[in-house]
Amino acid sequence: MIRGAVLVVLLLLAASPRGLAAEAFSADLSSHLIAITTGFTGASVVLFGATDGPGDVIAVVRGPERAIVVRRKSRVAGLWVNTHEVTFYGVPSFYALYSSRPLAEIAPPGMQALHQIGVDNLRLVKSDAQSPEESEIFRKALIAQEQSQGLYGKTPGRIIFLGDRLFRATIDFPKNVPTGAYHFEVYLVRDNAVVSGQTTPLVVSQIGVDADVNEFAERQALAYGLLAVAGAAMAGWLASLPFRNA
Amino acid sequence: MEIYLPIAGVSIDVFVLLALGTVVGVISGVFGVGGGFFLTPFLIFIGIPHTVAVASSANQLVGASVSGTLAHWRRGNLDLHMAAILLVGGLAGSAFGVWLFGVLRSIGQIDLAISLSYAAMLSLLGVLMLIESVRAMLRVRSGVRRRKLHQHNWLHGLPFKVRFRRSKLYISALLPLALGFIVGVLSGVMGLGGGFVMVPAMIYLLGMPTVVVPGTSLFQIIFVAAAVTVLQAIENGTVDVLLALVLLVGAVIGAQFGSRVSARLRGEHLRALLAVIVLAVAAKLCVDLASSPASIYSLEMLAP
Repeated sequence: MIRGAVLVVLLLLAASPRGLAAEAFSADLSSHLIAITTGFTGASVVLFGATDGPGDVIAVVRGPERAIVVRRKSRVAGLWVNTHEVTFYGVPSFYALYSSRPLAEIAPPGMQALHQIGVDNLRLVKSDAQSPEESEIFRKALIAQEQSQGLYGKTPGRIIFLGDRLFRATIDFPKNVPTGAYHFEVYLVRDNAVVSGQTTPLVVSQIGVDADVNEFAERQALAYGLLAVAGAAMAGWLASLPFRNA
Repeated sequence: MEIYLPIAGVSIDVFVLLALGTVVGVISGVFGVGGGFFLTPFLIFIGIPHTVAVASSANQLVGASVSGTLAHWRRGNLDLHMAAILLVGGLAGSAFGVWLFGVLRSIGQIDLAISLSYAAMLSLLGVLMLIESVRAMLRVRSGVRRRKLHQHNWLHGLPFKVRFRRSKLYISALLPLALGFIVGVLSGVMGLGGGFVMVPAMIYLLGMPTVVVPGTSLFQIIFVAAAVTVLQAIENGTVDVLLALVLLVGAVIGAQFGSRVSARLRGEHLRALLAVIVLAVAAKLCVDLASSPASIYSLEMLAP
């Protein structure tokens, strides 16, 4: 259904060349909200848009930022113990990269670094004065861990061109997608340079009963705790009733 | 069928949770312990965040122990006097445990502390139980009768002696108080009811008659687990009610199977079996501590 809607939009865009000329480069999402409900198993949204001529498109998806402590274990008296730690700030909770052609062909390293294209170019602020080599090792470990949890893309996804100007890509989010405000940055690249860019937001949010539970747990922690206990005690009592004469 | 757990923030197959709850219920029904020692590691294993696993296990335990206590209460296998003293120690211990949890977490040593203290305690108790139950089996076979209810040692020389009628004991109140405190700390730090430690300690350290042990242990665990649940909800915000309730449904079913099985086994065989499981868990913990981890790096998200 989403695909159908996107196709209609794409066809409308294609049918009005004047609109395209006025809007040099535009991109949008099939939905700006991912709602997490009880049956949530992951979701995907379609990124689509049009360019004002030939060129390549790169899209960067970033989740809300937070601070992360990376700890390293080493052997102490035969046991594996956390001994070193580095804290990184401004770490996106989700990162994915999409491009219409392999990055090496269209984006020189300088551009990749400037626009934080690719996990190696994320600008993370680290906690304390570690040696550059040391913090680079921790940074690599952080990225590897995020990748193994499916929160950072391992390889860039594909953006598909339909003709010269229209493009689309399906962006997948795993079931453990963190909630919060996401940003899509979409770049139009021509002759190894970014000629145009656009950002579009996406919100990942719990809705329905789950969201209510979560909000209640945060705002009324004491009442929530007491209710959790009462609920469990009640369930335990109910469960014992059928076996009263056992 | 996957369900989304609101506090844990992940989707898990509901049948996996029910199955896990059932297995825990069987263990709890057979041995009269909560089964948290089994539950918490498995929750972590299937992808529930560590902190949520600990807090929600405690919540689940409230329900499971209410159910279990009622069954023992109806048979009169409960020493309320003993339970009250254990509880005083237990509440103080659980408050300390939840506080300790926060401190250890902030310095990144929570996992190590849990594994180490647990491995030490389980090894000690497992060995004690195994020796005692093997002796009991040999005694039954050779037809020699036990003369004393329990052995007397230096623990019986402590002051503040109190008479516990239901347990047929005359011991220092400091013993159950200290035991309650230690189990409370375990409960707070690990989300365990501590029945696994409490039950053997009641039998071998306090010398209580086996018949009143599970009921008394479960009764005081209700309150300790309730206190831990509330404290975890306030301090760390990591109690997932949905997770706890789903586990509870499985546990209730499992406990019924478990109590049938337990009725068919002899007391000393039951204790030997429990000892073997305790030692197996302890061995697993020791191996994990000493063997190379899958990754030497771990991440922790800081609260925004």
